[in-house]
Amino acid sequence: MTDPAASSFSTPEALKRLKRRRAADVRFRYYGLGAIFLALSALVLLVLSIGSQAVSAATYHVVRYDITLDPAVITPPGETTPEDIARNVDGFWELARDNLLETFPEANRDRASRIEVSEFITRLAVLPTARKVAARPEMVGNPITLTAPLNDDLDLYLKGQALPERRLRTGTITAVTAQEDGFALLEGQGAFTPILTALTTLQAEGVSMDEGSILITAGGATGRLHGIQAGTARLELLTGTLDAFRNSTAAARLIALPEAQRVVSDQQIAWTFALKEMGRISRVPRWTLLTNSDSTYPELAGGLAALVGSLFTMLVTALVAIPIGILAAVYLEEFAPKNRLTDFIEVNINNLAAVPSIVFGLLGAAVYINFLGMPRSAPLVGGLVLALMTFPVVIIASRAALKAVPPSVRSGALAIGASQMQTVFHHVVPLAAPGILTGAILGMARALGETAPLLLIGMVAFVGDVPTSPTDESTVMPVLIFTWANNAERAWEPMTSAMIVVLLAVLLLMNGLVVFLRRKYERRW
Amino acid sequence: MDSDHTPQAAGSVLAPAADAPPAAAPRIDCRDIKVFYGATQAIHGVSMSFPDRAVTALIGPSGCGKSTFLRCLNRMNDTIENCRVEGQILMDGQDINDHSIDPVLLRSRVGMVFQKPNPFPKSIYDNIAYGPRIHGIATSREDLDAIVEKSLRRAGLWEEVKDRLQAPGTSLSGGQQQRLCIARAIAVRPEVILMDEPCSALDPVATARIEELIDELRKRYCIVIVTHSMQQAARVSQRTAFFHLGNLVEMGETEQIFTNPREKRTEDYITGRFG
Ligand SMILES: Nc1ncnc2c1ncn2[C@@H]1O[C@H](COP(=O)(O)OP(=O)(O)O)[C@@H](O)[C@H]1O
Ligand SMILES: [Mg+2]
Repeated sequence: MTDPAASSFSTPEALKRLKRRRAADVRFRYYGLGAIFLALSALVLLVLSIGSQAVSAATYHVVRYDITLDPAVITPPGETTPEDIARNVDGFWELARDNLLETFPEANRDRASRIEVSEFITRLAVLPTARKVAARPEMVGNPITLTAPLNDDLDLYLKGQALPERRLRTGTITAVTAQEDGFALLEGQGAFTPILTALTTLQAEGVSMDEGSILITAGGATGRLHGIQAGTARLELLTGTLDAFRNSTAAARLIALPEAQRVVSDQQIAWTFALKEMGRISRVPRWTLLTNSDSTYPELAGGLAALVGSLFTMLVTALVAIPIGILAAVYLEEFAPKNRLTDFIEVNINNLAAVPSIVFGLLGAAVYINFLGMPRSAPLVGGLVLALMTFPVVIIASRAALKAVPPSVRSGALAIGASQMQTVFHHVVPLAAPGILTGAILGMARALGETAPLLLIGMVAFVGDVPTSPTDESTVMPVLIFTWANNAERAWEPMTSAMIVVLLAVLLLMNGLVVFLRRKYERRW
Repeated sequence: MDSDHTPQAAGSVLAPAADAPPAAAPRIDCRDIKVFYGATQAIHGVSMSFPDRAVTALIGPSGCGKSTFLRCLNRMNDTIENCRVEGQILMDGQDINDHSIDPVLLRSRVGMVFQKPNPFPKSIYDNIAYGPRIHGIATSREDLDAIVEKSLRRAGLWEEVKDRLQAPGTSLSGGQQQRLCIARAIAVRPEVILMDEPCSALDPVATARIEELIDELRKRYCIVIVTHSMQQAARVSQRTAFFHLGNLVEMGETEQIFTNPREKRTEDYITGRFG
């Protein structure tokens, strides 16, 4: 270095070092941004996939039945008490089905059709109406409007989730002639060209329509098309009148999946559109998701029993884990002498927090149920099992919160003659409270989402009734989700997502509570 | 209003403080104090006494055991893990380390002010009222109000905070916080006040206010102050003790220590040759 003025700040080596360092800074920033981006996109993906599914389950289709409560059916001789009426689900169901049979006379032609029409409404779906009538028996003999959920497969079909189909419109159909073989001849200048074009496209895409169906709907009438040419086609009427097609442009649906492989038949689809045309089907929010209990029929199932079960379970967990956790933490942090024994205890509490939750389930089954004879499947046992895995979390969080209280607060209190108890409970614990609460609520949130240990103590049983005490048979939300996700029917999929959203909402609420409490305490001082 | 608190306070508040001679009998008498942190000894047999109604300053290089020794006087060393105190500390003739003495009661008679102001994260009012409440000194709201006002007045803070007693103590400035801590100590009617470098975290103006306050307080209390500032010791104390490596090197009238030290080490320290 010849020139002392151009000191080591600006030598070429120094500049090079500086450049390298800056490059490293920039690189690090991009790594960080990349990590955050990955995490966020995973979150967005989760929310989108579950959310979009859940949205479809947030509403469902209900059908209106205007029926007269025929005393011969509702209150047959010897079954006239309100209890009998409430139990007479079959009677109400028959009335609703007969209403459909009246609406669609063609359904009476054979047994198979009658079964198809009866699938529209689940027997248990009339239960709320039956109970309502039982409460006011004077309604018997009068006309009422019964509203019941549409069969889950048809509901899913209407939401466009059951079957892939192509929709388009025909040209104007000018002539409709009934034929001897029961079919009808539809005519119209180029009326069916759009369908032919679509068929060609489908073929090019490798979709075979050989066994599929082409349904056209005009007004309340729906039929199946055969032998399509540009200007003519043969129609097999499924429901409604032929007149509906005259001078209309019909809505056509091309369904490739063979009818035999579907859960909804062409006939059922036709009836559904007819009911919709009559204004008897409406899409409404599915509050039953929160007000009904579990059911084997997805259109009737809800999470109320599981929600209440979770509530009872959390109550037991909170009552056991939080006091034990806080007291243990306060003792270990503020009173216990620091020696081998307390070190050993500390290590083991950390170990306890790391034990896989299913192990606690095994322990719970062995100790609480088999040894102590507590009831299986009950929130009491579930809560105790979850408390086992929650209280180490509470201890660890509480100790961290207590450690964070500045020692000057302790010496300040001791120096004016506060006893150690007073120092701890008047000064240290209140200051640590936000941290302790945070730990407790986060521990509870973890317990709320826990599934595995509860499976082992039998909380997975089907529970149709809302539990009324912690010793009743019950299930909890995550286990309900697990059960629903294992069901085969397609309709359970959006239901599962909707239940997940409910669970996540509860968890978010708990986390929100943490933030709120923390803010509140911090603002005061 | 003043009389109930410290009956022994005789002199008028306005009387010249200058060089009032140390009052009669020693308030605290320490005999051969040894303090150990685990195996290491921090204080090697110190004997000294503290007169009532006077300020005694403990000076010495950092780490020489001033704070440790100070903490013996209100048994705050009990709260430190591994700390062991040997020797006799007589307060009004009673051994404070005796099993029959409740350290909690002792600490209400021997107040302490720390290096860093440490008001409770509560309101100014509650900071003062906490001590009287737990000791049952005040039973009614009026009594408590009176004690809070008197303590704040004695700590020279009343005029500044009387309109915001419900404001958090931590919202005050550093100097005000330290005076609040002094008021908090006064509120439980101590006889002795220990101060461990009470001004080291404060600016010169706040320091001057505290020093004035100490001078005021010594008319009622026996005050022991640890300080790293020799000027401060010279300004506020009547007696000074010089510690070095856990030993009491020299103890005497402040003026004598600063003008005519008997020991070579004291002289070296005071003239700034080490420390
Ligand atoms: N809590 C403690 N544990 C162990 N050693 C300590 C502790 N406090 C102080 N000491 C030791 O005791 C000696 C005296 O410390 P201290 O009384 O704080 O000195 P001073 O206040 O004069 O600076 C020092 O050597 C210090 O390291
Ligand atoms: Mg010190």
